Amino acid sequence: MSAILEVERVSKAFGGLVANKEVTLRVPEGAICGLIGPNGSGKTTLFNSIVGQHPIDAGSIRFQGREISRLHVAQIARLGLLRTFQQTRIYGGMTCMQNMVISVPTSELGWRSMFRKSPPSDLRKAEDLLHFVGLHAKRHLRARDLSFGQQKLLEFAMALMSGPRMLLLDEPTAGINPTLINGLLDQLRQVNAQLGITLLVIEHNMRVIMNLAQYIYCLAHGELLAEGKPEQVQKDPRVLDAYLGAR
Amino acid sequence: MENLRLLFDAPILSLQLLLDGVLIGAIFALAAYGMALVWGVVGLINVSQGELVMLGGYAAWFLYRAGLHPLFAVPLAAALLFVAGWLLYRAVIFRVVDKDLFTSILATFGLSILIQQLANTLFGADVRTAESGFGTLFLFGGAVTVSRIKLISFAAALLTGAFLMLFLKRSRMGQAIRATAQNARAARVMGVDTDRVYAWTFALNAAICGASGALVAMTWVVHPYLGLPYTVRSFMIVIIAGLGNVAGVLFAALGLGVAENFAGFILGAEYQAAFVFTLLVAILVWRRFWLARERRHLQ
Amino acid sequence: MIASSALRRRLLLACGIVLALLFPALAPAYRSQMALLWVMIVFALTWDLLGGQMGYNSFGNVLFFGVGMYACVLVQRDAGLGYYTGLFVGTAVGALAAVALAGLLGSGILGLRGHSFAIGTLGLGIAAGELAGGWDFVGAGGGMVPPLFPGALGGRETFFYYLCFALAAATFASLRWLYAGRFGLVLNAIRDDEDKAEAMGLRTTRYKTTAWCVCAFFLGLSGGAVGNLLGFIDPREVAFAGPTFGVWMVLMAILGGKGTLWGPVLGAVVFHVTKELFWTYLLGWQRVALGLLIVVIVVFFPLGILGWARERWPERFGHRIEDGAAESGR
Repeated sequence: MSAILEVERVSKAFGGLVANKEVTLRVPEGAICGLIGPNGSGKTTLFNSIVGQHPIDAGSIRFQGREISRLHVAQIARLGLLRTFQQTRIYGGMTCMQNMVISVPTSELGWRSMFRKSPPSDLRKAEDLLHFVGLHAKRHLRARDLSFGQQKLLEFAMALMSGPRMLLLDEPTAGINPTLINGLLDQLRQVNAQLGITLLVIEHNMRVIMNLAQYIYCLAHGELLAEGKPEQVQKDPRVLDAYLGAR
Repeated sequence: MENLRLLFDAPILSLQLLLDGVLIGAIFALAAYGMALVWGVVGLINVSQGELVMLGGYAAWFLYRAGLHPLFAVPLAAALLFVAGWLLYRAVIFRVVDKDLFTSILATFGLSILIQQLANTLFGADVRTAESGFGTLFLFGGAVTVSRIKLISFAAALLTGAFLMLFLKRSRMGQAIRATAQNARAARVMGVDTDRVYAWTFALNAAICGASGALVAMTWVVHPYLGLPYTVRSFMIVIIAGLGNVAGVLFAALGLGVAENFAGFILGAEYQAAFVFTLLVAILVWRRFWLARERRHLQ
Repeated sequence: MIASSALRRRLLLACGIVLALLFPALAPAYRSQMALLWVMIVFALTWDLLGGQMGYNSFGNVLFFGVGMYACVLVQRDAGLGYYTGLFVGTAVGALAAVALAGLLGSGILGLRGHSFAIGTLGLGIAAGELAGGWDFVGAGGGMVPPLFPGALGGRETFFYYLCFALAAATFASLRWLYAGRFGLVLNAIRDDEDKAEAMGLRTTRYKTTAWCVCAFFLGLSGGAVGNLLGFIDPREVAFAGPTFGVWMVLMAILGGKGTLWGPVLGAVVFHVTKELFWTYLLGWQRVALGLLIVVIVVFFPLGILGWARERWPERFGHRIEDGAAESGR
């Protein structure tokens, strides 16, 4: 299977602090990969580098074969590579439906169509996706009035609305009621299987990521520590050390 | 632009402009330092900064009219403005402290208009000067003139700044202020009365502005509308230097004073104000493009 | 229920329009003041487009007003056209010049955020005034005087009343149309979280600049109209009047309730009427009173009249969250 995302020897430092050092990873198309590591290991920085939030110091990042390390966030998003945020970002002053409707793929937002109302097909798709994540009843609520967990689901639905080829999810289960996590896992598996969306997921919840991902990368101190199938990584002594702080 | 040629023909003119610019720059630095203080500690951009300077100038002028030598008016104006600042905080400012930045900008802008119009109605629109009678120094055989009062103001401005820094470093309130600037919540947990700290900070800022204003009254003129350019200058200096960079504030301020002086000479006095405001926009836009290279945003 | 309330609103609007059209006959003494009120409404609406809907709080929109004014009077002075032709061509040129300026400055100035944008635009507006004040070609400090109105005595006030009313109506209708489509949603998204909008692929620069150009267009038109209405242009007091018009733009929108369509209109009416009352009854202290009013509004009524009404009577002014047509997507 060809790789949809190739990150090659990417390094990024902020002032004197090295956040990522020569990190290499490949995500095959249609796969679900996990990115784990203790706090401060550079996972979110890597995400930020991939989506173009800051320029990288060295290395190359290719999405669908195309070099994206010099592109800006909006350009990369338009190529079909989206991310969700750790702190969950939605448009607080707008209703859930409006949040959804404004998240249609920008290729559909031609100059003239911007000045018209949303077509009924968009509204239907928005409602379907809100049903899918379980927010349909709250669709007219202002997004800022949702609970944190609900906002996370909205953010996820918005990302799906945009029709991405690949999603970078930053701790999608953090703050979610544990009884609802299984439901979220099912949703993730479903979008991967049915819509063919490749997923790269940062997670701290080991149960979740070991069940969800097909391949896992582990970062520590900004470097790639270990990689492999979940069963292998779970037992890797270096990974255990990194988490338990023996280093 | 003939003036530009003059600069090349008579380089001694450049020296004059440089000197005047540096001397006035110290006063800019003082006002800028106060703005940085309030911004860093209270998290508020005080758009009425220039009006506080203006009030300080009028305070000095009235004291001068009452017979006091302008030099003594400086600490007195500072004291008067300290009280005014405290009252302003208690009346208005404390209500916008925890609101978003735009609200505080708009509120202090409203305040600046209020103060400005009050001054205009009460004091009249005429320009005033508090004569100090110190005479002029003649350097380089008379080619360069420096009014002694400008030299004294320069020293006074630096002294006031130094005194303030000492206060912030050594006194208990100064330490409380610095702690609040670093982390207001933690300071509160440690028992610091942040509301009092904010009041002190704002009042101190007003005092600094009062001192600057008094110096302006002596070296230049005061009138009700001198405020906004001072606010803009302070903002520019703080933007260039960054919060917490005292040396940077001083150098940026001196640089601005010099730049303004040269611009006023080359472009003509009627364009000096235009220069200040255009420079503000230019600096902000340039800085934004410079940050965009790092894909960071100008906040 | 819903149908009749919409009908009631339409009826009210129609009554309002009829009253507005008959006003010069009903109260001829206040024609000029009302004409200015229509301009205030344009001020508030255009500011709200940028500040209330898009979250870019500009203190320098008056730049476009002044540019429009100067361009218009320049055309009237130098193009050698008849009065009415000159006026209409002039206002059109003014609007275009303003839009061109907005387009030019857009990528630079709209890249600023938050307080940098606010204070930067403040500087921009005042810089323009100072530059115009020193430029001899446009009359420098003395400003310029537009040509005299050729019509009968009293015809002038009536003419400009209808001109300004048409402007206000056009601005309102245009913005209503804009907000009905997805463009309004994009602006709101930029307001709520611009980084998120970019992360979702939206071409934020394009929309920000467009919004600014729309502001510039209507402000440019108003500039020409007001310059001719007042009969003189002063660079600092009339054209690029930052501390007056420039601030009032912001105030009126906030007073009425920013981020809504009728809020700025309401705010403009209340503010303008209050201001005229101050000028009549507090002569000598009217500007001080106005400064005080600004502080009071900002500190105590940040949500504005509509915002307050929404909290007080959510059934009438709030938006529906239960099943129903109300505020589903746009």
